[in-house]
Amino acid sequence: MSQTSRDRILGRVRRALAEAPAVREPARAYLTAHAPDDPAALLDLLHENLADYRARVHRATEGELPALVAELLDRHGAATVAVPPGLPPAWLSATTAEQRHDEDTPLTPHDLDGTDAVVTGCALAIAETGTLVLDGGPGQGRRALTLVPDLHICVVRAAEQTVASVPLALPRLDPTRPLTWISGPSATSDIELDRVEGVHGPRTLQVVLVTDA
Amino acid sequence: MSGTFVGMPAFPKAAHDAVRDTTLRANLRHATHTIRDKRAVAVAELADWAALREAGRQIKDRTLHHLDAYLVQLEEAVTAAGGTVHWASDAAEANRIVADLVKATGETEVVKVKSMATQEIGLNEALEAEGIRAYETDLAELIVQLGEDRPSHILVPAIHRNRGEIRDIFASEMGEWGRPAPDGLTDRPAELAEAARLHLREKFLRAKVGVSGANFMVAETGTLVVVESEGNGRMCLTLPETLISVVGIEKVVPTWRDLEVFLQTLPRSSTAERMNPYTSMWTGTTDADGPTAFHLVLLDNGRTDTLADEVGRQALRCIRCSACLNVCPVYERAGGHAYGSVYPGPIGAILTPQLRGTRSELDASLPYASSLCGACYDVCPVAIDIPEVLVHLREKVAERGGPGHRLEKAAVKAAAWVLDHPAALAAGERLASRTRALHPKRLPGPGASQWTESRDLPEMPAEPFRDWWKRNRT
Repeated sequence: MSQTSRDRILGRVRRALAEAPAVREPARAYLTAHAPDDPAALLDLLHENLADYRARVHRATEGELPALVAELLDRHGAATVAVPPGLPPAWLSATTAEQRHDEDTPLTPHDLDGTDAVVTGCALAIAETGTLVLDGGPGQGRRALTLVPDLHICVVRAAEQTVASVPLALPRLDPTRPLTWISGPSATSDIELDRVEGVHGPRTLQVVLVTDA
Repeated sequence: MSGTFVGMPAFPKAAHDAVRDTTLRANLRHATHTIRDKRAVAVAELADWAALREAGRQIKDRTLHHLDAYLVQLEEAVTAAGGTVHWASDAAEANRIVADLVKATGETEVVKVKSMATQEIGLNEALEAEGIRAYETDLAELIVQLGEDRPSHILVPAIHRNRGEIRDIFASEMGEWGRPAPDGLTDRPAELAEAARLHLREKFLRAKVGVSGANFMVAETGTLVVVESEGNGRMCLTLPETLISVVGIEKVVPTWRDLEVFLQTLPRSSTAERMNPYTSMWTGTTDADGPTAFHLVLLDNGRTDTLADEVGRQALRCIRCSACLNVCPVYERAGGHAYGSVYPGPIGAILTPQLRGTRSELDASLPYASSLCGACYDVCPVAIDIPEVLVHLREKVAERGGPGHRLEKAAVKAAAWVLDHPAALAAGERLASRTRALHPKRLPGPGASQWTESRDLPEMPAEPFRDWWKRNRT
């Protein structure tokens, strides 16, 4: 049954194209990036574009990070925080929130629904679009972790993880990993095109850009 | 296509009623103008927009040209990554495949992320007939589903509803489907969104089966891509144990790199954002993350017929951004429902009659649902020449002949005689002016009345222009 449909569809495609004139290889005359190739300017652009889509953006050095994470959790009244495998323990060393590790016994959807926040790293960040990309690598965890809790704190190692553009981001990503691109908090514009944050994903996205000094 | 639209009147009749609905027109005008203005700003940010548009067009054309090879490559990659690929020739077969897959899980409900393909095949109704309830989870789709309504826009299906109407639908209907709306719900968008969040969360947390479409499928890697804003997509794609994606065969792109074009052009063209809040990409299944079973249903349902038409096949480049709807003067006034299809607006006017043929009166009327102003072509991020296809489809409808077209020929012949005889023309004009109080709003008779049913007749001036000219300038 399925095999016949496969053959039928492929046969129809081949018949439909029998007379079609040849097409050229696509020209890629577009730009690789629109932003200047300057790390400081790129970081400013990332900051600005993240903030423009209503993420709250902070800057900290590696040393200042634990205190900032603790303060952000506190500010949102987060008593519990989900912890993905491989998250540097130092990041949560200053918080008193209860840590729920998603390791040997994975947290169920209901567990996650009862968890206030999640702290993760990312695979990279795209300055031109204000986008964070998570690929499930160390310190990021599976996709549900950054979806169900209401607060997501995402840490970007600014120097090595920021790229200018989408064309520069794709070659650095592995398509066989599950990827989540996040540009600001969950939002809807379905009611008279008024933007409302937080429909089903986290209502608040806090981003910490970690700089060396 | 979807059974919801069976029995719809042809476009002129539906539009005739819609343009007299002042609430609808105000909702539509507000929405389309807001989004088209924002889109222009987002597009202007990219200096290379024209080059991106051209690259998008070329990539899609090349894809269509080798569609058989890319589909086979995609099938291999998805299978190698742990997914299962199914092929569906038409809506009935696709619905059968999905229903059987759901039944095999033992479940009787599924959560759905908004998908044009599943609307096109009427999946929800087909599942209902099998005792399976499908919950739409996109806020606008939820509004449409709760209101027992039909979507009227590709991107913003409830664009025709204002906040007061949405409040009323939530307050009266949510309880029928699950958690009721909170007491004292107002029409503030934030409150309405919160009500939807609470109503749907319980469904997400217990769902075992998710159903989606996809914006892109990458042949090279077997990766599927879904772009969305609310996170309902992420919920459907990651929380259930089984994920079933129903995707039109034209949604394939050859390489991973090709996404660099469409991930720049799609968000800016559709929601006027630099990037939509969430983009999910998955390749088959992943251990300990997301569904353990993944099924991809590749849907033809008229696409190969469209591919066979050398002028019309460019409609298959469409990435469903809906920019053409938001600039169309006809869509803005008539609204999405008048098109009688899940694909409304200019793209619908060329896609629908190609996907399902022009046998019905409605489908034959769609190529005429346009002023041919060309605004749709100008905004299209993959440069579909919609006016060209409209004219091509009109020719096809006209070739089949019919009473309307014989009359048209007679009318043109008569007009040619009058224009060749200036005295007759002048006499006619004077007569028309002097009797203008007696003129009907519509012309009588077949053919002429079809024209004036959906167009207001121009008012006759008090005197012919040529008389006025003689009096004032000579």
